[in-house]
Amino acid sequence: MQAVSKQRLKIKIMNQEISIQIADFSLADEVALLEQDNAIDGAIVTFTGRVRNHNNGMDVSGLTLEHYPGMTEKSLAKIINIAKTRWNIGRVKVIHRIGALDIGEQIVFVGVTSKHRHDAFAANEFIMDFLKVQAPFWKKERTEQGEAWLDAKATDDSKAQKW
Amino acid sequence: MIKVVFFAALREQLNCGELTISSENITTVADLKQQLASRNEQYQALFANTSLLSAVNHDMVDGEQSIKSGDEVAFFPPVTGG
Repeated sequence: MQAVSKQRLKIKIMNQEISIQIADFSLADEVALLEQDNAIDGAIVTFTGRVRNHNNGMDVSGLTLEHYPGMTEKSLAKIINIAKTRWNIGRVKVIHRIGALDIGEQIVFVGVTSKHRHDAFAANEFIMDFLKVQAPFWKKERTEQGEAWLDAKATDDSKAQKW
Repeated sequence: MIKVVFFAALREQLNCGELTISSENITTVADLKQQLASRNEQYQALFANTSLLSAVNHDMVDGEQSIKSGDEVAFFPPVTGG
C-alpha cells in the first residue's frame, strides 16, 4: 500500500516538472514548491528569462512565442533526464510561456535543487543551454519596423556544445 | 500516409501548417524533403535551406532517418526559445 502511494507521488512530481503555459508564473511560488518537504537539498538555483526592450540594436516592443505541442514536452523531458544522469540533483522545474508577451514579462523559468550548490548551478545552466538549441520554440519580435522571426544565434550552439 | 507539419517562419512562408502526403516512394526524411521540394518553386527554395531542422514523431532527426506511413514529420527553422 505504501509502495503504491510512493509511486503515485513520484509520478505526480515528475508530471509537474514541465509546464508550457500562456499564463505568467510566480518566482516565489515556484521556489516554495522546490523547497516544500525537501529537507535534503541545501541548494536551490533558479533562472528566469525575461523579454528585453532591445535586440541587435533595435527597439523591441514585445514578442510572440510559438511552439510545437508534444515535441516541446518530450524534448524538455529528455534534457532534464540527461541532467539527472550527469549531476546529483533533487527537484527540477521548467516553465516556458507561449503566446504574446510584452517587455519585462517573464518567458522562462528553470529551477533545480541539489544537496550542494555545484550540481544545481551546473544542471540549471545545462538545461537552459539545451533548451535554447533543442526545444521547439520560436520567437517573433515586434519592432517599429514590424514583426520578424528571430534568427538562431551561433553562440547558443557553441554554448550547448561545450557540455 | 505521412503527416507533415511546419512551424514558425517556414509555416508562414509556405502558408501551410499541416499536410498529408502518400508514403509511396518515401523511405527517409531526405526522400520526403525532395518530394516536398518538387511541389513548386517556393517549396523548392525553402527546402534548399540547409539550416532547416526535422523531427520524426517529436524527436529531432537527420535526413537519413527512415520514415513510414503513420509517422508525423516536422520541418522548422532553428529554434529560438528561452
